[in-house]
Amino acid sequence: MFENFPLWPARASTTAGQVDALYIFLVALSAVMSITIFTMILYFAARYRRRQGVAAEQIEGSTPLEVTWSVFPLVIFMVIFAWGMVIYFHERTPPQDATEVYVVAKQWMWKLQHEEGQREINQLHVPVGRDIKLIMTSQDVIHSFFVPAFRLKQDVLPGRYTTLWFRATKPGTYHLFCSQYCGTQHSGMVGQIVVMEPAQYQAWLAGGIAGAPLAETGAGLFQQLGCSTCHRSDTQGRGPNLVGVFGKKVLLEDGRTVVADEDYIRESILAPTAKIVSGFKPIMPVFQGLVSEEQLNALVAYVKSLGQAAPGARPGIPAAVQPAQPKVQ
Amino acid sequence: MATATLTQERENYLNQSYGIKSWLLTTDHKRIALLYLVSITFFFFIGGFFALLIRLELLTPAGDLVLADTYNKLFSMHGQVMIFFFLIPSIPAVLGNFLVPLMIGAKDLAFPRINLLSWYLYIIAGLTYIHCMLTGGVDTGWTFYTPFSTAFSNTKVIEAGLAIFVAGFSSILTGLNFVVTIHRMRAPGMTWTRLPLFIWAHYATSIIQLLGTPVLAVTLVLVVLERALHLGIFDPARGGDPLLFQHLFWFYSHPAVYIMILPAMGVVTEIVPCFSRKRIFGYKFVAMSSIAIAVFGFLVWAHHMFVAGISLYSALIFSMLSYMVAVPSAIKVFNWTATMYKGSISFSTPMLYAFGFIGLFTMGGLTGLFLACLGIDPHVHDTYFVIAHFHYIMVGGAVMGYLGGMHFWWPKISGRMYPEGWGRLAALIVFVGFNLTFFPQFVLGYLGMPRRYWDYSHSPEFQVLNVLSTAGASVLGVGYVLPMVYFLWSMRYGKPASDNPWNAAGLEWQTTSPPPTFNFEETPMVNFEAYDYEHIPEPEVAVER
Repeated sequence: MFENFPLWPARASTTAGQVDALYIFLVALSAVMSITIFTMILYFAARYRRRQGVAAEQIEGSTPLEVTWSVFPLVIFMVIFAWGMVIYFHERTPPQDATEVYVVAKQWMWKLQHEEGQREINQLHVPVGRDIKLIMTSQDVIHSFFVPAFRLKQDVLPGRYTTLWFRATKPGTYHLFCSQYCGTQHSGMVGQIVVMEPAQYQAWLAGGIAGAPLAETGAGLFQQLGCSTCHRSDTQGRGPNLVGVFGKKVLLEDGRTVVADEDYIRESILAPTAKIVSGFKPIMPVFQGLVSEEQLNALVAYVKSLGQAAPGARPGIPAAVQPAQPKVQ
Repeated sequence: MATATLTQERENYLNQSYGIKSWLLTTDHKRIALLYLVSITFFFFIGGFFALLIRLELLTPAGDLVLADTYNKLFSMHGQVMIFFFLIPSIPAVLGNFLVPLMIGAKDLAFPRINLLSWYLYIIAGLTYIHCMLTGGVDTGWTFYTPFSTAFSNTKVIEAGLAIFVAGFSSILTGLNFVVTIHRMRAPGMTWTRLPLFIWAHYATSIIQLLGTPVLAVTLVLVVLERALHLGIFDPARGGDPLLFQHLFWFYSHPAVYIMILPAMGVVTEIVPCFSRKRIFGYKFVAMSSIAIAVFGFLVWAHHMFVAGISLYSALIFSMLSYMVAVPSAIKVFNWTATMYKGSISFSTPMLYAFGFIGLFTMGGLTGLFLACLGIDPHVHDTYFVIAHFHYIMVGGAVMGYLGGMHFWWPKISGRMYPEGWGRLAALIVFVGFNLTFFPQFVLGYLGMPRRYWDYSHSPEFQVLNVLSTAGASVLGVGYVLPMVYFLWSMRYGKPASDNPWNAAGLEWQTTSPPPTFNFEETPMVNFEAYDYEHIPEPEVAVER
């Protein structure tokens, strides 16, 4: 709008337009309401200013008026509430087939890793038009992943995953801010989101120092840490078979069921006795403090790949030793 | 002039005894109010000094005035000083302390010694906090978010936490005293529906203080325990839950906003009828809206946590309840406006502050609708939009109300008139300075500038608005120093005040200015309603032009 005096940041995601529309509606509504009130006050102040010999007229009140100015705003408020709810549910429900990026926050840095294996620090390259889901955790204190151009923000907590998704719509470089105060260099915990045309993005992917795909790194760790000795892909293992587990309901020893999501897998690695799968014994060692956040992410990505790549898993061969297929759209 | 001289010679609570001891050991609610006035003014200027440094740092994008750690301490201590040592005690402990017994026709509060104890607790807390500031300070933000505060910050978190813990008890005792006093000490005939609405507002405030503050105290103790003894309560590395801290903290700290704003609403509800010469429009609705705010205020805390990682459905509930609490606030604004209709309005300083309050509170309230909205909050949360919003409520609202009340009751408190011309000028300066400081921050927030940023050299596009804000802050500073100067001046040189210089309704105006130690020569009998302006003559020279 104004080159040197903008009223809002660039609109670069599918959410941005929705949020701005509601924002503009609210600004207009507030302007109407406040101008109405201020005009009345100023008018009364001028019209009924103190004059010699003119007394005030005593009025007790009016229940119909009170009801009107209680109910009328409430109706408007509920409209705002409902409109906001629609946007919130949309922006907090990631599409099933979104490309996943793992984010690890620490004082005072963003570490990001793509499924394909590329690692980035304080920068995230994404293509236009693809759904991206961020799976985020923190190594220390609470941080918050904030991209004004996407109108999105989510706190990043230690000890658990939080997620955020977006679809970028406009190529460009946008601010990434940490918006939850995190200590000395909080204001230095900033970065850039680089949104690219798909072709450019592919070139960028190919040109980078390609590490192994994340799930493959996870498969290696799965062997290395000895997970595969118990979590076998047949029914003979001392631990549950993990093939196809991700996203499914799991029956626990105490009768509860939980959905095997990222947080459940994470918890089962760090504190295995927290939720024991029905029919198994609490014999798994605790990995709290033995694996880094990045290694955890790789393990989680690997277990997820077991869930999705089930058709490709040949029977008889432990899935653990098969290189997982990175998902490419 | 003859009566004025007489007023001076009459025995009153100020000249009844002299000497340091007569003040430090007083149990007179009016003297304790003055003890509070001096103490909170001291903290107000400390907090203001921190704000000044913050605004100077943000004048340029680079972090070049103070170090990053210093800046983090400045905004943390600005928040904690202003909230716990100025705003929360401001109107209740000064004006409330002074006026609650006078307005209901009582000799003192129900527990005069507990009242003094509450001031001593405040002073112990204040001295502890000053010691904390002088020996290194604290950098957790005013919010003490875990696990930063319990496991990562290397500043004086425990000392600051304990200081605020003690200050909380001072606040609880004040609330307790008001509740009991309002229930038990009303003069004959002073029924609940004849109570001034200032009393209703303080009653609602006291309930929040009584029910909410203990939760803050418990939370701070847990923070101290986790930090000192490494218990795992909030820190996930030790098996704790950081969101539990946020729930506990906001369970108090959201209602705490109403501890600050409800008394200011009470002040405005006294000023508007007096300077419109009218009874308040919709007495019962205004009274009940105070209670509704206190009750609903306890049910909205998680709207501070929409992006913190709570479930979608709890966010939904808290968003809806937040809109519910907006309704009683709107009712008040409409009733104040309607009170002016067909009134006889004069523009004395207290009324100017009341106008300012209504305008700024309205804007603070309307921008609250943005923040309660699940669609907008994820973008503006933790940005300058939030900073602007709560300063509109807490400075534009609570501080304007406090200053309006100080001017309105200054003749009663000191027995002297403040200079009216200077008063109006200061009110105007405060209003202009305030808007210039905080309005640009709404835009800044929507642009995406996060709060608590020491350095924004990566985003030079934020500078213009920051320069405006800093300019406004310097104007605002002048506006705040002026009243302090002329109030002090008026204590010696001000025109002696008559008993009821505004021809106001209310029992506090029926006694002398300043009142005698036991407030009334004889216990007043109440057979009239509050704001009975029909039967009170208009002041002849209340306004000098």
